[in-house]
Parts: sequence; C-alpha cells; structure tokens
Amino acid sequence: MSFRTLWRKSLSAVMMSLTGLCALITVSVLVVVLGYLAWNGATAIHWSFFTNLPAPVGEEGGGIANAIVGSAKLLLLAALLGVPVGLLGAVYLAEYASSIPAFLVRYSADLLNGVPSIVMGIFAYTIVVLPMHHFSALAGGFALGVMMIPIILRSCEDFLRAVPRSLREGAMAVGASKWKTILTVVVPAASGGIMTAILLALSRVAGETAPLLFTAFGNRFWSSGWNEPIASLPVVIYTYAISPYDDWHRQAWAAGLVLLGLVLVTNVVARTVLARPAGQRR
Amino acid sequence: MEASSAVRTAVAKEKSVSSVSLGPHPALANSPVRVKVEGLNFYYGKAQSLFKINLEIASNRVTAMIGPSGCGKSTLLRTLNRMHETISHTRLDGKILLDGNDILSQDVTRLRRKVGMVFQKPNPFPKSVYDNVAYGLRINGYAGSLQEHVEHSLRRAALWEEVKDRLHKSAYSLSGGQQQRLCIARALAVDPEVLLLDEPCSALDPVSTAKIEDLLIELKQNCTIVIVTHNMQQAARVSDFTAFMLMGELIEFQATPQLFTTPSDPRTEAYITGRFG
Repeated sequence: MSFRTLWRKSLSAVMMSLTGLCALITVSVLVVVLGYLAWNGATAIHWSFFTNLPAPVGEEGGGIANAIVGSAKLLLLAALLGVPVGLLGAVYLAEYASSIPAFLVRYSADLLNGVPSIVMGIFAYTIVVLPMHHFSALAGGFALGVMMIPIILRSCEDFLRAVPRSLREGAMAVGASKWKTILTVVVPAASGGIMTAILLALSRVAGETAPLLFTAFGNRFWSSGWNEPIASLPVVIYTYAISPYDDWHRQAWAAGLVLLGLVLVTNVVARTVLARPAGQRR
Repeated sequence: MEASSAVRTAVAKEKSVSSVSLGPHPALANSPVRVKVEGLNFYYGKAQSLFKINLEIASNRVTAMIGPSGCGKSTLLRTLNRMHETISHTRLDGKILLDGNDILSQDVTRLRRKVGMVFQKPNPFPKSVYDNVAYGLRINGYAGSLQEHVEHSLRRAALWEEVKDRLHKSAYSLSGGQQQRLCIARALAVDPEVLLLDEPCSALDPVSTAKIEDLLIELKQNCTIVIVTHNMQQAARVSDFTAFMLMGELIEFQATPQLFTTPSDPRTEAYITGRFG
C-alpha cells in the first residue's frame, strides 16, 4: 500500500470516528445528566418528599409538595392563557389569513419564541406584579402563558394545515359554513396533533425558572388561591442549589429529578401516543 | 398530438359560430329544467377556463359531462354549488339559475344544502359511519329522528345492509367503494334537490363502480343528477343527457343516445371515437 493510500484511509477513519464521537457526546449528555441527577437526588427522595412542606432551616427532611402543586397551578394558568390564544391564532393563520398578515403573524411568533425568558419575566413583572403591588401565581402563570403562545401557535398551524382540503370540501358541500367546518371537522381531525403541541409547550415552560423569579417568586408554605406568591419546582431547585446547606443541595437534586421525570414522561407521551398525523387513514 | 392540434384549429375556426343556442334545448323538450346556465365565463386569476357556457339540466335526469382532461367540466360542475369560491382568485360572470333563481345571490350554505356534491376521492370525515351521515343533519339543526334519517340515507345509498352492524366504527374501516357510497349517503342526508358528482368512480374498482352506477339510476327518481366522468362508457350507461366539453367550451349537448350514435359536431365524433383525449 502506497503512503498516499494509507494517508487517505487513515484520514477517513479519523474523520468518521470524530463525527461518531460527537454524536455519542450528544447522547451521553442526556445519560450523564439523568444518571447524575438520579445518583445525587435519589437519596433525598422518600414518600415524605412528595407530601411534606419544606422543613425550617437547620432541620433535616421536609419535602416539596407545595412546589409540585405550585408548578401544576402555574401550568394550569399558563395553559388557560396560552392554549386558547395560540390555538385560535393558529386557526386564523391556517384558515383565514392572506399572505401578508400571515407572514407578519408568523414572523412575530417566531421572534416572540426567541425572546429570552428573563425578558418575559420582566414583562410580566411590569404589567402584572407592579400594578398588583405583590408577587402572585397569576403573574407567574401569565409569564409562562405568554411563552406558550408562539410555541402552540406555530405547531398547531402545521397540524391544521395538514388536514386534507377534501375534508373541508366535504363539510362545505353539505352546507357547513366556514367556521362550522373548522369547528366540527378541521379541529377534530387535527386534535391529536393539537394535544401534542399543547403537551410539548407545557413541558417546555415547566422548566422555566427566570420568568418565575420575580413573578411567582416562591413560597415556603402552601399558597391558597391564585393571588399569593407560589412555589414552583424550578425556583425551588434554584433556591436550594445556591443555599449553603448540604441537605438542601440534596433536595435540589431530587427536585431536579422529579421535574426532569415529569418533563420526559410528558414528552414521550406527546411524541409517541398522540402524534399521529391529522386525517390519517386507519 | 396531431389529432389534438387538428381539433384546436377546428375550435379556432368555429369560435365565431356559437355552437349552442339559447332557449330550451330540443333535447330537453319533455323534461322540466332544474338548473340553467347562461353565458357563463369563468376565470382562474387571469386565465379564462370556461367560455360562454349555456346549459340546461333536466329535472330528475342524469346529465353527464365528458371531455378530455382540463376541458373545464369539473370547473363547470363546481360552479353549480359555488364550490369554486373555496379557491381564491377565481371569478365568474354569467348566470346560473336553480329553479329560476340566481344561485349567486343566494346564501351559499343554503344553496349547498339544495345542491350536494360528491368528490373524486372518497372523503369521509375521521368519525364513525353514523356520524358521517348525521353530520349534515346536525349542523343544519335537523329536528326529526336522526337515527331514522341516517338509516334512510344509508339505504338510499345502497350501503345500509353492509354497515348496519358497524355504524359506530370508524368510516376509515370501510373499503374505498363503501367509503364513496358513505359520502353519497352523507350528501343525500340533507335531501338535496340536485346531486353533483365529480368523477365519483375514478378511484374505485369495477364492482364498486357498477354499484354506484346502479345507484345513480335509482336516485334520479327523487333527485337531479349531474356527473362528470372521464369514462365515456359510464356516461353512456348512466346518463340521459350528455354534454361534451373541449377547452372550456361546451361543444355539444344532446340526449345521450344521440350524442354517442349521431354526434352533430365533428369534434364530438373525433372524441367519442377515440381519435384524441
């Protein structure tokens, strides 16, 4: 074998290994993160971790029940804002908009999607927290809801567009008006995709910390109703992680594990069970 | 290629002579007119695709529209219940009368209840068999017994016996031919006066096709039927009247036996004898 051939072959092998290595790194980051979380967090996870309130400083134990419920409440509020606005906006884009308004809406949604989450937090702080003079679940839910809008809008638009034109024509041919066609045929045909979009958007904002720091703020106790500061998983992780206590560090890992578990399960469910193409033939 | 360019010259030569006269067509002498098209021009953007169409559709008869691809027969059919309005940048002028009333000035959803449509490919909704048929009744606020009317419509579409045990299964579990008859049942459920069919058998096997053809002959007792077809044998089998179209013009309109045996226009003869198209 000549030197040139040998050189080419080894260069080829090196490049292939390099690309493979980078692919491997991508996968292993997920595995390492999961493993590290499990390793550090598992020791703090007991039944009481899910059912108890945080213990006073200096006392061992305590749980994050209020943060789990708090996150659920914040996500509910976020969905109440993000789902209707995102979905109806998507209907406008997919069914009604002519090219120039459609371009403007789509472009704005993409820009909104790229706005850093801390900026969303400041926005919510300015228009909800300042007028109300206190932090609240409402303000946190608002911040997360605004973040959900562009995610839901863009993915629902795609799912609505994927509904075959022939189904719309079939409805209109028996005398359905346009909005009735959308309501009774197009949206139901895209419902699997719409559910997927909603779940993915929820799992995306479930982990957001920055917009909650100065809106929902956090709470060491149960918060009643929607008008008080409220605990949430990401903020608990943040607070515990920067604290000086070893016990809190362990709990931060455990809370991270809980959050990641919830997000992963939601993602997998959304992508496998629900993500059937619209109007799919069985 | 040669034949079609010959036809094109023939069309160009005869464009000045109106091939279809206004007024009751001799072929329709004994049948009341249900739909009347007068001087219809149709445009996709700037391109004109129908030229001065005059046509009368006889009540309780099957009228077939034949012609080569792109001749405008589907476009003409879609104007009859204004389905063309679902496509942007289309425009038409001229008159279309249903029982003497201009359809263009009517409420479009009411018009489409009176003038139903069945499409080229079966397009059942992703719902159950029952809900597909009940759809038109529900959105129109039908007051009677839904169940009875669904059964009645399925019987009219000759599908009842095949689906009565699986009314609540997905419509997608039916075969292609059954799906198309389901779409016919869906259209029939709102009791249309006129039923438009746009190549309803082009995606079906011969057995399903035969079933639908028998069905059309049944249906004309209560309904006026217009069918667009690529298949000349089908037009000959099911229709009472046939319109032959070419490049956006109505070339000849005759009682079906006359059109296929003694066409009066050389272009019709060229087409039905298979010299082009």
